[in-house]
Amino acid sequence: MAQQRRLNGYRREDGAVGIRNHTVVIPVDDLSNAAAEAVAAVVPGVLALPHAYGRLQFGPDLELTFRTLIGTGSNPNVASVVVIGIEPNWTARVADGIAATGKKVASFSIEGNGDLRTIEQAARAAAGFLQDDSERTREPVERGEIMMSIKCGESDTTSGLGSCPTTAQAVDRWVDAGGTVLFGETTELTGGEHLIAERCVNDEVRKRFQNLYDSYIDIVERTGANLLGSQPTQGNIAGGLSTIEEKAMGNIAKTGTKPVVGALAAAEQPASGPGLYFMDTSSAAAECITLMAAAGAAIHLFPTGQGNVIGHPIEPVVKLTANPHTAATMTEHIDLDVSGLLRREYDLTTAGDQLMEVIDRTVNGRLTGAEVIGHREFSLTRLYPSA
Amino acid sequence: MPEQPPDFLAHRVGDSVAVAVRNLTAGPARGAHLDDPGTIEVTVASDVPLGHKIALTDIVAGADVVEYGVRIGVASTDIATGDYVHTHNLRSARWHSSVA
Repeated sequence: MAQQRRLNGYRREDGAVGIRNHTVVIPVDDLSNAAAEAVAAVVPGVLALPHAYGRLQFGPDLELTFRTLIGTGSNPNVASVVVIGIEPNWTARVADGIAATGKKVASFSIEGNGDLRTIEQAARAAAGFLQDDSERTREPVERGEIMMSIKCGESDTTSGLGSCPTTAQAVDRWVDAGGTVLFGETTELTGGEHLIAERCVNDEVRKRFQNLYDSYIDIVERTGANLLGSQPTQGNIAGGLSTIEEKAMGNIAKTGTKPVVGALAAAEQPASGPGLYFMDTSSAAAECITLMAAAGAAIHLFPTGQGNVIGHPIEPVVKLTANPHTAATMTEHIDLDVSGLLRREYDLTTAGDQLMEVIDRTVNGRLTGAEVIGHREFSLTRLYPSA
Repeated sequence: MPEQPPDFLAHRVGDSVAVAVRNLTAGPARGAHLDDPGTIEVTVASDVPLGHKIALTDIVAGADVVEYGVRIGVASTDIATGDYVHTHNLRSARWHSSVA
């Protein structure tokens, strides 16, 4: 039913398809946040993406930050990019990485210029980009061209009963349409990780998945700390989830039934063709979605139980809940209420149809609740402390 | 819908716990498995809020607690059919330093 709605998106220079048309200012480091935000203040309509890091990082942690910043600028929901950094070398590295997509990129460094001169120059570039980007138009696109990501939050038992299986409906249909879907939340697979391993398409993917999972758990256990109280969270426990294994089963329920065709490092772009991919991520919503958007995901599905309010600056986050209290008390955050599943008023296929309609409308430009109220969480994942 | 909304739902036949899908008070309750058309009835021992679990079978201390057809933890005390099941009587089998 209603499977063939027409979708319109933005086809970028590298062929990737986006559903939004943002002109963004990316600071390379924390020191450049002020200038980036000043540019967005004098050129309203341009989106600054401030973050807390980018100085004295090294090794794989630095590579992840570069991959995340370059990937964010390269995301097809972004039309063009202004990059601002404190010094020219790392600034050029981020700008060149984004420019490889064919997008317009302008970069500015603050040393030797000062904030005010940098802001003026960057604002002039941003103003030109914004005006040009305003003439970009949507064109017909196929579902399979739009990369989707999924991650749940403030889960409770209604997530496993309703919002996650509804998400699974959309995931399966997206993959059937030739699309790519990313899921992650490494520690939150605990107790059901064997189920993901079994779904890996071959031994190589299975081995890579298992290594990523084991490494993450090793990081947790080496601290000697107890994840009790963090996994599940206090909100999870209030919602009735008792153990990490129970939470994991709800998490896994949203991944649907398709084979796992690849296991990705954080923010790594999928490169094994379309299908369902695991990505090694934190289960914290902002970090996870930031990494998935950096890999190119253009639309995110977010099942919630107790009511997580996450958004992202460039990847629209569609929220659904099966918890009737959350649906009633947090209406501005919830894009789809599937609490009727708990009352057995309709079946999962019907809930899946409802979600597909919301997805299609979001693709075509309808703002999500998180976009309307300005939730723009952008959080870099760190692997270890700076030097 | 002609069907009365359920009091609780279990994921799979064979699960030892089910989830209250509305706030339940102690007493008889009626539910179903998601993968089976039949109805199941349990006498709930105490009030159980929406989203929280009840035992569908007796579970001895140390035994696996099963939901979704998989182990979601082990019983930390004896649990009787109809009991409220949460962190007070169910603990993770995976986080080794778990103290719940």
